[in-house]
Amino acid sequence: MMGVDLPVLWALIISFCLMMYVVLDGFDLGIGILLPFVRSIDDRDTIVNTVAPVWDGNETWLVLGGASLLAAFPLAYAVLLSALYIPLVFMLAGLIWRGVAFEFRFVAGAHRAFWDKAFAGGSYVATIAQGVSLGAFINGFNITGPSYQGGALDWLTPFSLFTGIALLAAYALLGSTWLILKTEGGLQKRMIALTRPITLTVLIGIGMVSVWTPLIHSEIAARWFSFPNLFFLAPVPLLVLGAVWAMLRVLNRAANAAPFWLALLLLFLGYSGLAISLWPNIIPPNISIWEAAAPPQSMGFALVGALFIIPFILGYTSWSYFVFRGKVKAGEGYH
Amino acid sequence: MCVKIGGNGADTANKIVATTSMEEHPVFGLSALELARIQFGFTVSFHIIFPAISIGLASYLVVLEGLWLGKGVAVFRDLYYFWSKIFAVSFVMGVVSGLVMAYEFGTNWSYFSAFAGGVTGPLLAYEVLTAFFLEAGFLGVALFGWSKVGPTLHFFATIMVALGTLISATWILASNSWMQTPQGFEIVDNRVVPVDWLQVIFNPSFPYRLAHMVVAAYLATALFVGASGAWHLLRRHDTLAVRTMLSMAMWMVLAVGPLQVLIGDQHGLNTLKHQPAKIAAIEGHWQNTPGESVPLILFGLPDMTAETTRFAVSLPHLGSLVLTHTWDGQIPGLKAFASEDRPNSTVVFWSFRIMVGLGLLMVLLGLWAGWARLRRQLYRSRLLLRFAVLMGPAGLIAILAGWFTTEIGRQPWVIYGVMRTSDAVSNHSPQELSVTLLIFVLVYCAVFGTGISYMIKLVARGPDASLGPKAENLHRGPARTLFTAAEDADLATDLVRE
Repeated sequence: MMGVDLPVLWALIISFCLMMYVVLDGFDLGIGILLPFVRSIDDRDTIVNTVAPVWDGNETWLVLGGASLLAAFPLAYAVLLSALYIPLVFMLAGLIWRGVAFEFRFVAGAHRAFWDKAFAGGSYVATIAQGVSLGAFINGFNITGPSYQGGALDWLTPFSLFTGIALLAAYALLGSTWLILKTEGGLQKRMIALTRPITLTVLIGIGMVSVWTPLIHSEIAARWFSFPNLFFLAPVPLLVLGAVWAMLRVLNRAANAAPFWLALLLLFLGYSGLAISLWPNIIPPNISIWEAAAPPQSMGFALVGALFIIPFILGYTSWSYFVFRGKVKAGEGYH
Repeated sequence: MCVKIGGNGADTANKIVATTSMEEHPVFGLSALELARIQFGFTVSFHIIFPAISIGLASYLVVLEGLWLGKGVAVFRDLYYFWSKIFAVSFVMGVVSGLVMAYEFGTNWSYFSAFAGGVTGPLLAYEVLTAFFLEAGFLGVALFGWSKVGPTLHFFATIMVALGTLISATWILASNSWMQTPQGFEIVDNRVVPVDWLQVIFNPSFPYRLAHMVVAAYLATALFVGASGAWHLLRRHDTLAVRTMLSMAMWMVLAVGPLQVLIGDQHGLNTLKHQPAKIAAIEGHWQNTPGESVPLILFGLPDMTAETTRFAVSLPHLGSLVLTHTWDGQIPGLKAFASEDRPNSTVVFWSFRIMVGLGLLMVLLGLWAGWARLRRQLYRSRLLLRFAVLMGPAGLIAILAGWFTTEIGRQPWVIYGVMRTSDAVSNHSPQELSVTLLIFVLVYCAVFGTGISYMIKLVARGPDASLGPKAENLHRGPARTLFTAAEDADLATDLVRE
């Protein structure tokens, strides 16, 4: 492992895992967010069936993100998780509710309406908790030595609440465009109609965060608005605007897969923007990935596995998506 | 090379921080440390039930699908459908409760994670990489892919899911065993640095713990499956599928029950060698008289303050015989350890006896069923069937009792001899911990209570062929879902009754 900057590699791997999580669990949390807007029981079944065979793998990226953080940056794992204790408990509780609701709504019979509410409610709670954690992460943490020293409610700020709501819109966008891809007929039309306002909400969310963050963090402002950075980084906001414009255009035509790919592009751009703002800190505002790194023996050992196995995981995950490709028709359940 | 280092490194680093943390106000007389332990214990106890069942059922499904593909006997296919539904519910609950565990190391034990993450982190990462994705990737195909892939590929998917459960157990037990019998590391700058990964993974207690746990999962599942079969037979629901599952389960109990006793004995000897204080606490053994053998205390009440075991009913020499395999051998008593280094004997003395008592009953069940089989009474003896139903949850209770014994027996250490649990806990206030504990208790009881009741409901429906998808649909596609197919059949039965 000579000459390899292990912390940088691991930061890339963990960013990749979280990106995969946001993309994959994003659309299946998104369909939970959209469920209350769909009344018909058949449509609801179709919606849930579009993700039933794959959601479990999607959530596994979150576990891999957590485990990789512990393996590569134990200090960051310890500080971030204890600082975000309360929102993370809410996130986990939300994920539990919606995870089991997947299975229970099919066995529940008369209780199905209840488990639909649990599925939607769990999705909202988990998403808001993730968004709030993200906001608190951007805001940074008060630490001394290996320990979080802030209060139990430091994560709760107007900014973090805003990011909580903004993430709802982002996941809803992934969910609605996923459903445009996987469904047809009336349900698909309804999703196309919903996607327009959601896209604009996401644009407003990205815009607000982009203005708010440099206003409260001068070092982030310096990164974006100084020369020559301004020149190199300008494509990011421009691409966001381009993606939104393209989205609104394809929605007017016979939309199918394009909106989903555009939603992914939007999410990816937002994610990149955050990465540019925070790099190279893993515990904002001032602990870098090198300061929080695990011993090289730990990073190296885990790296061998990650580099060797992640391609296989991507391989059989894609295969599973391939097996369950195509439109999900009403009344056709995999369950 | 075995590097074993005393506890000073971690202690001093953490005490500096501990003094700066805020003054605590206990809740219900419980300190933050106790609440953090209760919270972790509560969530992990709920969690372990589901992986245990999933490990056993996944392997059982492989056997069933193999028999079906090999012999073409429909009863194995019916049983596969039946148990795959129960497996799905159990697996999902294992996944979501396990997600909590992956984060709780950081939320509740941040000092432990910062100190030892260099060892436990990579092991956990390997578990996710090699096991979780394997299970998740192939589970969809195994459960929903009948119509989408051919029989060979489907069988392959089932095998991958089962393999995933076993690989997962291997990594997590390597990590847990390292905390029990740590080796292969150094402490540099107040944190653990792995020196030799083979030493870390193959630490002294790992092979015993892994064997003990996997066999326990198989045993618990066999008891659960057997109890389901026996329950149906007692209700005169006497079908080939019901008989087959009872028969297979009882063979399994007969085979692995005594095997587990042997493994447990070896595990105990290993613990005596590496964690003698734990054995002393388990036995309620306080001190040796020179030249005298150690009795086996059958029952009693170890008293930690009076340093004695009250009301002891004991058999002479038997303690020596069991633990040293000699007539007069001695084992260290609890008084040989400083009082701040002793695990709570009152708890582990009893949790251990519950585990062993249930284990002996399992062996008895296996032998009785074997004998009844010889006399062609296996499906008829109502006394035996009732006993099998009663023993249904015994495997899971024994697993919990066993984990309580080994984890509470490791106290006061989180990493044995290296880091104390009191130095591992995060700086949360008791108020914060009690609120989150309340959330966990409410969510877990509601969600997993419902889940367990669904599992029992599914079991009660029985592996009737008419409930599963029709034979001609296999590999071409059940048009309805597995669950809704069962719902329909249920509805039909209800209509017939009315």
